[in-house]
Amino acid sequence: MPIARGLRGIGARVVNGVWRIGFGARFFMMTLFYSGMSFRRFRLTVRELFFTGVMSLIIILVAGLFVGIVLGMQGYETLKRYGSESALGTLVALSLVRELGPVLAALLFASRAGSAMTAEIGLMKATEQISAMEMMAVNPIARVVAPRFWAGVISMPLLAAMFSAMGVFGGYMVGVVMIGVDEGSFWSQMQSAVDFQHDILNGVIKSLVFGVAVTVISLFEGYDAPPTAEGVSGATTRTVVQSSLAILLLDVILTAFMFRGD
Amino acid sequence: MERTTLDLWVGMFVVAGFGALMVLAFKVGNLSTYNVSQSYQLQAYFDNIGGLKAQASVKSAGVLVGRVTDVKLDTTLYKARVTMNIDKRYQFPKDTFANILTSGLLGEQYIGLMPGGDEVMLKDGEEFKKTQSAVVLEDLIGKFLYGKAEDSK
Repeated sequence: MPIARGLRGIGARVVNGVWRIGFGARFFMMTLFYSGMSFRRFRLTVRELFFTGVMSLIIILVAGLFVGIVLGMQGYETLKRYGSESALGTLVALSLVRELGPVLAALLFASRAGSAMTAEIGLMKATEQISAMEMMAVNPIARVVAPRFWAGVISMPLLAAMFSAMGVFGGYMVGVVMIGVDEGSFWSQMQSAVDFQHDILNGVIKSLVFGVAVTVISLFEGYDAPPTAEGVSGATTRTVVQSSLAILLLDVILTAFMFRGD
Repeated sequence: MERTTLDLWVGMFVVAGFGALMVLAFKVGNLSTYNVSQSYQLQAYFDNIGGLKAQASVKSAGVLVGRVTDVKLDTTLYKARVTMNIDKRYQFPKDTFANILTSGLLGEQYIGLMPGGDEVMLKDGEEFKKTQSAVVLEDLIGKFLYGKAEDSK
């Protein structure tokens, strides 16, 4: 009976999905509950900050610079048609601070640091290091998961801010240094258009939310991965796919709340 | 507990991150001009403010002298009441004109102050007596079309 088997397959997938959502939620709560150790023994978190934050620096800075350069060139082309090249600074800064900074930094962070976290924890599980910790009465969530979680949450807004700052610098290089837009109007129009609370702070909130989402997904996928080579590779792929989708979906929701045409 | 090179790297990362936030806040954003440190408040009533918003700039002879802090509808006069903070360094005569102007053809709107010749200066909490509303493009076009119709009679 192939039809019955097909239906059973769909049912199993749905049940499995709901099961994972429930387990993921419990995992997230456990991480928050047992995060005391990541602050009492801050050395653990600092070590993870190095691997998630510092190691992502180069890709974030270079990508930010390139995005800023492209925004400068494309924006100039379009603004020239309306004779308002001096608004280039506004265009570059607003699009970076509000959208591209948090979103692109989070996407890069998911593929650079998130996938590494999943693979690391998945391998720890496959090589039974996690069970060994439990045998020694060390809580693996407090010892392994929570420091990584907090490192991700701390580094994400910082990385997004660096991305945006680099992007603005790239836009400045193209717009002012290469094309020759007036430097004074570039900065002054930017400053009068970008509001600290409305634009910059909202960008920071966005990147914080993305940081939580990406690290929770990566850690959970690693923790839940089947302890085989195939299982770990599948979990790493799922991390990148799911965190990217989560970032873009959360971005739609957050943007709808933050920037309702006012 | 000993210091390690790891700590140095993480410290540099955190400092760079906060540095970038500072650059965004002060160089890119308006935090440096957010609060004019020493300021006084003035008010003006307009028949129509067009697209003027809070945080719009107040300029005199093209120089930024303050910012609009609040825009409200006064329900006794049915006029828009605009409150603005003006830098203490700049004083304006009592008969100063407050106009709503537009930067460029389609740019954002701001308040332009044209000082009069009165010797008494405006004090904190007082209001501009002479104001001119925003130019609404639709009204202008309407008037123009109406005038054309009159001419062709």
